[in-house]
Amino acid sequence: MPKVPGLIKGLSITLKEVVKTMVKGAETVQYPHEKEALAPRSRGVIALHEDNCTSCMLCARECPDWCIYIEGHKDLAPPRRAGGSPRSVNKLDRFDIDYSLCMYCGICVEVCPFEALFWTPEYEYSEPRIADLLHDKTRLGQWMETVPEFESYEAGSVAKVKKVPRP
Amino acid sequence: MTAKTDAQKLSYIAAQAADARVNVELEAEGMTLNIGPQHPATHGTLRIIVRLDGEQVTKVDPVLGYMHRGYEKLAEVRTYPQVTTLINRIDWVGSFANEVPFVLAAEQLMGIEAPDRAQWIRTILFEMGRIANIVLFLGDMGVQLGAVTPMFYALRDRELILNQIESATGGRFHPNFNRIGGVKDDLPAGWIEDTKVALDKIMSFCDDAEGLIVGNEIFEERTRGVGIIPADIGLEYGLTGANIRASGVDWDLRRDSDIGLPYDKVDWKVWTHPDGDSFARYWVRLQEVRESCKIVEQLLDSLPSGAIMAKVPRIIKVPEGEACIATENPLGQMSYYVVSKGGLEPFRVKIRTASFSNMSITPWLLKGAYVPDVITILASLYFILGDLDR
Amino acid sequence: MLLLELAYWQESILKLLLGFIVVLVPAGVTVYLYLFKMVSFMQSRLGPMEAGPYGSLQLLAELGKSAQKEDIFPDKADRIVYAAAPYVVIVSSFLLVLVVPFGPDAYFVNFDTGIFFALAVSSLSVIGILMAGWASASKYSLMGGLRAAGQLIAYELPLILAVVGVVIQAGTLNMQGIVDAQINGEIFGWGGLGNPFILTQFIAFFIFMVAVQAELTQTPFDMPVAESELVTGYMTEYSGFRFLMFFIGEFATANIFAFLGATLFLGGWSVPPFVTDMLGLDPYSAWFNLIGPIVMLTKMLLITFVIYWVRFTYPRFREDQLQAFAWKFLIPLSLVNIAITGVAKVVF
Repeated sequence: MPKVPGLIKGLSITLKEVVKTMVKGAETVQYPHEKEALAPRSRGVIALHEDNCTSCMLCARECPDWCIYIEGHKDLAPPRRAGGSPRSVNKLDRFDIDYSLCMYCGICVEVCPFEALFWTPEYEYSEPRIADLLHDKTRLGQWMETVPEFESYEAGSVAKVKKVPRP
Repeated sequence: MTAKTDAQKLSYIAAQAADARVNVELEAEGMTLNIGPQHPATHGTLRIIVRLDGEQVTKVDPVLGYMHRGYEKLAEVRTYPQVTTLINRIDWVGSFANEVPFVLAAEQLMGIEAPDRAQWIRTILFEMGRIANIVLFLGDMGVQLGAVTPMFYALRDRELILNQIESATGGRFHPNFNRIGGVKDDLPAGWIEDTKVALDKIMSFCDDAEGLIVGNEIFEERTRGVGIIPADIGLEYGLTGANIRASGVDWDLRRDSDIGLPYDKVDWKVWTHPDGDSFARYWVRLQEVRESCKIVEQLLDSLPSGAIMAKVPRIIKVPEGEACIATENPLGQMSYYVVSKGGLEPFRVKIRTASFSNMSITPWLLKGAYVPDVITILASLYFILGDLDR
Repeated sequence: MLLLELAYWQESILKLLLGFIVVLVPAGVTVYLYLFKMVSFMQSRLGPMEAGPYGSLQLLAELGKSAQKEDIFPDKADRIVYAAAPYVVIVSSFLLVLVVPFGPDAYFVNFDTGIFFALAVSSLSVIGILMAGWASASKYSLMGGLRAAGQLIAYELPLILAVVGVVIQAGTLNMQGIVDAQINGEIFGWGGLGNPFILTQFIAFFIFMVAVQAELTQTPFDMPVAESELVTGYMTEYSGFRFLMFFIGEFATANIFAFLGATLFLGGWSVPPFVTDMLGLDPYSAWFNLIGPIVMLTKMLLITFVIYWVRFTYPRFREDQLQAFAWKFLIPLSLVNIAITGVAKVVF
């Protein structure tokens, strides 16, 4: 027949947990009333800094799901110095990210050579209709306000901390 | 369909016959029970057709493929960085571990060596993936046997590890952190201390699990002597990982293979158990979690400084060649055989997963077991469906 | 029954209503306290908190949800048997509560063979479970039903034999008589605490608790409802209101077995005599018809606390281990207990 002590120890562990939860509160976060603070690097949603984007199409090409839609046109901007020739710039018409397809891999943010895309830890953007999960240029620009500053690194790192462009 | 071998045709006919038996009510000898694709016990969509005689199993037909997602075919039309995002999702519980062998294979083909700090960070996150995976197992085996409470303790303490993985990589379950040549980004400030706190919590959970489950006499009665795998049969069927170590075989690729990860710079040991039954498999995995915590602590203390990425061109074109790298993943041995014809995309990626080979022993192992023991044995072999079907 | 003189038909209606209340209200209370809150606290979480203050109305939400669900009949199920099975199970709880005394005059019927009647009707639920298992036309239900039949019949014997020890010590099968024996008894000459039978019959109490755990198919004896193997065993094919009947029946039966345990071992509706002496009350006064139910509720909550504490901590036994535990360990132990009680009764 089984020895008793192991069974009693199991009971005492669960009883201790009951008392601990009654006295100190539960370990779970009561979601709508309290929200957990996510790490700054968490991949919540992608924000677009439109001024840096030159519609080079690298992000749209590298996306494994093809969920970024970019359309742009060339425009003439005034010359940098007086007496120079007008230079052509790319202007964005449309920059949509379809979050119903996005798999939050981060390849687009990494691959962008002009640092126009940033990760933010925002996650509360679910919609009742799937079509509303297509974030257009304006909405992506609004996410820029929630982009956290880049953190400093651990000791021993030689990487430089990048700066987030703020308006 | 395309030309099939005789063996394939026979197994197809057997599966059809098993289906027919399942749907027939009256049967002459024995009852055919479908432990179907939707079942609380199988970790996902696994189907096992068992032929019962009372409560004893006479014949077992596992039917796989309900979760096949076509990884090997998908990898042929993705560039190397894109393949890394896909293969996170093979074993989604200890997901960092899936990326490592692939990236090591690609680095071997390109002839690049990742700097020391990157290898250290890779190993730390690899072991943390192992801890996350096996802590889930420790709770899950309790649930399969009826003890509902330890599962919650496992999930609660595992959260801290996942939070640490998230603060370093950005994603709890799909880190997507390895790059060819190193890792994507360096560790944020304060990460080492928070990780040590998380590891302490995991060690205390291991003590809880010993009190609640391993020491519990009911658990011992349910698992001792159930599903004994002799060492030679296990090796014949290709069992790897904790399953074979629980049968007494001293096999661990972290110590034996030489792929650049700094396991030789750390003081750790490989745990084996001579019995080979379900209790041994649980016990070995429990000790492995403790060992992984010790490995991570030592690696955190000895983290070298330096760059985290070697010099790699912008567009990754891998030269022609083949490379095969096997690592000791949480579930067993996982290897990637990458064939490249010099393009942006791999020509062929063959993924050898541990669960698929571990599954092959079930027809032999489950013969003669009782129905409750079927559940115990499947739980102790521990496969994740994503790993099984890819 | 109380302060008013009621006609027989009025009394009958009152007893009918009270019967429903006594079965269903404690079931609701224990479901909330233990199934929603205690198990959650054991698992470091808070349980339902949104429906009503601290989740107290969650059970109402569950009742409403189950009542409006579609009543599914499997194609090959035997319709009459399938439909009747939950009611057979719950009828035994209602029959059990008839003999439990809640006060000196607060009882439904006062049989001379009260406890014998209770043990007899508690086996009715086995029939209901077997009906559910066979009529569901599903292999999982069938296996669950067969396992349940074996287990419940095996654990009835320890239950009965444990109670025999109490009966020998009390000297009567009458439930009120057993309570009287505990009030008027003395421990080594001191009558302050009465003589709750848990002190002398602790072996019988242990066997009683284990047997009750098995009769209710709670872990570690829940092979018939082994969730990870048989989905929900004999209840797999039931949905909506019939599933609710099984669910409420399980909790109601747990409570009523706890009431029985409180009556047999903890002194029933009485408070220890030194308290009544301090307050200057007669232990059989009419006040106890009001205090008695509250005392019984408290004692019932204590016993069900132990039942659910064990339920949520341990894994489950395998079927053959379960049977071996009953036949090879519990029954011999209970026979030993009867022998010791018999000898002690004659000697002391």
